[in-house]
Amino acid sequence: MTVQHGHPSLSYRELFIGFFAAGVSGFGGVLPFARRLIVERRGWLSAAEFTDLLALCQFLPGPNIVNFAFVFGARHHGLRGSLVAVVGLLAAPFVIVLLLGGFYTRYGQIPIVHHGFIGLAAAASGLMLGTGVKIALPLFRRLGASIIVAAAFLLVGILQFGIPLTILLTLPFSLFIAWRWRR
Amino acid sequence: MISLLLLALVFAECSLLAIGGVASTLPEMAHLVVDVHHWATAPQFAALFGLGQAAPGPNMLISTLIGERVAGLPGALVGTAAMITPSGMLALTVSRIWDRFEAAPWRRIVQAAITPISSGLILAGAAYLIRAADHDPFAYAISFGAAFINLRSKLHPLWLLAGGVGLGLVGLA
Repeated sequence: MTVQHGHPSLSYRELFIGFFAAGVSGFGGVLPFARRLIVERRGWLSAAEFTDLLALCQFLPGPNIVNFAFVFGARHHGLRGSLVAVVGLLAAPFVIVLLLGGFYTRYGQIPIVHHGFIGLAAAASGLMLGTGVKIALPLFRRLGASIIVAAAFLLVGILQFGIPLTILLTLPFSLFIAWRWRR
Repeated sequence: MISLLLLALVFAECSLLAIGGVASTLPEMAHLVVDVHHWATAPQFAALFGLGQAAPGPNMLISTLIGERVAGLPGALVGTAAMITPSGMLALTVSRIWDRFEAAPWRRIVQAAITPISSGLILAGAAYLIRAADHDPFAYAISFGAAFINLRSKLHPLWLLAGGVGLGLVGLA
């Protein structure tokens, strides 16, 4: 199988365990855990390669990190690699969310359980912010890219525009800035 | 059998509509699940989404929970698979073409153009989550504390989540 950028091809086992670990620990979103594992711990992709592949997956429809597992798995072992990565990613969350559904239906009204859930959700959302800033930091070295980051954030995060409309509005400017910058 | 087929159709549609991530498909999903098929009431839909957020894993798990409500374990499997397969196959196809043009100038320009938009969307997603999760200053403090520690240290994120649960139990009691 073709593997890009000279990284060695991963075994099925490594793929499964890697995505399983990211999935099972990914409270409030898998992205922080996937980035930590793939970039910071295992070095399967450089920070720039991770950000580029993630951007592609985000522009296409579907859950971003699942798309990421499809594409990353296929780079190592074709369709079977995709299957291994995706099943690894979703196996534990699938079981846990069903158990949690049952637990919450039964005990969710008890105050102490409720407070624990609030603290968990607060920390999980903060974690997503930290990871978002990590991904954005290298882009802030270029003025044009910084403006686009800020514009996309403003449109969706503050003005509550839909994501397709936001992409439609920002993409022409972003393409123009990138074209000027690359020349 | 009919209900499994309906589940597959509904979530396959949501899968292909979820440009930029699952959050963008939520209004359409709520419309189909609540108004068209009456699988859940609006408050139940919101609660199921919250549960999907509280569990580890991608935030598409709401399709697993709705599938389970409609048709038990087979429903959960069908809901999950329908939510990820159409978009996953599309991502595979596009990324093949994408990789083939790795050295092409137009690809470098498009990549340089989409990365900052994607980055802004992730930050907006984080802002959405923080607003949904935090309803008092104490919860905001937990969120921003977790974000700061995550930026400045290599501490495993699970410690931050455990810390959040602990602070929630102590501080909100």
